[in-house]
Amino acid sequence: MRADLDVVAALVGRDVRVVDLGCGDGALLKQLIARQGCEGLGVERDDERFHACVARGVPVTHGDLELELPRLETGAFDCAVLSLTLQATRRPVEVLRQMRRVAPRRVVSLPNFAHWRIRLDLARTGRMPVSAALPYQWHETPNIHLCTLRDFEATVAETGMRIARRVLLDAGGRPAARATRLAANALAVRAVYVLES
Amino acid sequence: MPDGIGKVETQRAVVFSDDRPLVLESGARLTHVEVAYETYGELNAERSNAIFICHALSGDAHAAGFHDGDRRPGWWDNIVGPGRPLDTDRFFVVCANVLGGCRGTTGPGSLDPATGRPYGLRFPLLAVRDLVATHRALLASLGIERLLAAIGGSLGGMQALQWSLDHPGEVGGALVVASSARLSAQNIAFSAVAREAIMRDPDFAGGDYYAAGPTGRPDRGLALARMIGHITYLSEESMRQKFGRRIQDAVEPRYGFDVDFEVESYLAHQGQSFVERFDANTYLYMTRVMDYFDPFADAAYLGRQVAAGDTSYLVLSFDSDWRFSTEHAREIADGLRGAGAPVTFRELSAPHGHDSFLFPVPEYHRTVAGFLDRLEAARAR
Repeated sequence: MRADLDVVAALVGRDVRVVDLGCGDGALLKQLIARQGCEGLGVERDDERFHACVARGVPVTHGDLELELPRLETGAFDCAVLSLTLQATRRPVEVLRQMRRVAPRRVVSLPNFAHWRIRLDLARTGRMPVSAALPYQWHETPNIHLCTLRDFEATVAETGMRIARRVLLDAGGRPAARATRLAANALAVRAVYVLES
Repeated sequence: MPDGIGKVETQRAVVFSDDRPLVLESGARLTHVEVAYETYGELNAERSNAIFICHALSGDAHAAGFHDGDRRPGWWDNIVGPGRPLDTDRFFVVCANVLGGCRGTTGPGSLDPATGRPYGLRFPLLAVRDLVATHRALLASLGIERLLAAIGGSLGGMQALQWSLDHPGEVGGALVVASSARLSAQNIAFSAVAREAIMRDPDFAGGDYYAAGPTGRPDRGLALARMIGHITYLSEESMRQKFGRRIQDAVEPRYGFDVDFEVESYLAHQGQSFVERFDANTYLYMTRVMDYFDPFADAAYLGRQVAAGDTSYLVLSFDSDWRFSTEHAREIADGLRGAGAPVTFRELSAPHGHDSFLFPVPEYHRTVAGFLDRLEAARAR
């Protein structure tokens, strides 16, 4: 499993009802269900990833999370996960609001577009950055709503939600060195947030 | 597609009798129940690889392979066989004609032991639960206590669903395809018109037409019912592609009230071929079974049964199906999930309307195969 998903799994906790929006191949949910006693549901629109979930025995709804999320029952889950997916949604704020509706805790991870390498790249080449974390050309990227950690935190504040926890990640998806916190918006490659209220 | 399973035969078993009658949901009793069934593949030593196919309204036990002399295989041959999703190299597949049916299993056309004459409408009304009771009795006679999976489309999906709920621990996976947990007013309305067509046929004779011989049956009514039903099984798009506005056996219209358009000819043929193999009374009973089906009505029961069981669900719908649209499938998925069951749900894209569940739509078969493979792997561990 991707290293950043270990961080997400730890933040989800044990024995909770969890929905993973854009659950990919179901690796995170598999871990949550099999090792952490969770009751899980995934939402995934990609055929190949959907089949990967079925092969793992992970319950999944095939479909676009932005269409499926509003259909989920209010308060049906204890925790909603959105891992490296917010930037690919058409209406990110609406997604966050819907997540609040279905679950009192939300775990959201995102790539930080203000990471120093990206800044440097853009400054040096004058072209949209392409990296391991964001490997697409501008015209083919599914990431249509990239933001920086500062952007995200401001948006969360506008929605009235509270950031209960933030874990900064390095390029390997592992928790970043302590010093990263001194200038998180420039030094963290990704971050995982726990949103409450 | 790999070769199918070849030649098969329908078998029969008496599963309820005088000393062990079937007590129906309504309280009525049947003292002699015979079941027509077919099996494909081999039951393993642990008896843990059985998959039960529950058929739909007009289906029968002959799901796959060829009967001696037939040119066409069983009605779901494309999904059953070596290398197919219901892989007979690994699974033991059972399909039985339903109780109330007319293809070898006891139904309204069978002799009532009390009178020695066909039941007709004296046959008791049935519920999906009664169909399941008969399937279970057959499995018991085959020495099978737990299914790897139950699968069915439409009325078949209802049986798989009811089975998993009523008998926790007996069904590893329930595959509910193009089905419904509660018919809509529109669904019931179509059923009602089909029944009216049958019952208003002068040859219906209150359901006692069996003595009248092959020409004295309510064939016109049954054919009409089938024509109505068939329209609801197809999509507008599939009819457009299949027939358009083409004229049967001619270029220019004949202008009149006889069959002129190809689609009319097709419907007439569907109606005619249906009466040759189906009983009008069975049509009445089965449509009624579907009308009354409401397994989620008692939420407390649903919660209890799901908690007691361990069934994984696969709920599938087709985007062109307007008889049991995706909303029906979502209701099933939501109802089961609300009760705490693990449910995988998918709306598939296929142009064939309600009938799509009978077609070898690649993503559909792949999903079914993947789900069954997973059930098998989970069982092995």
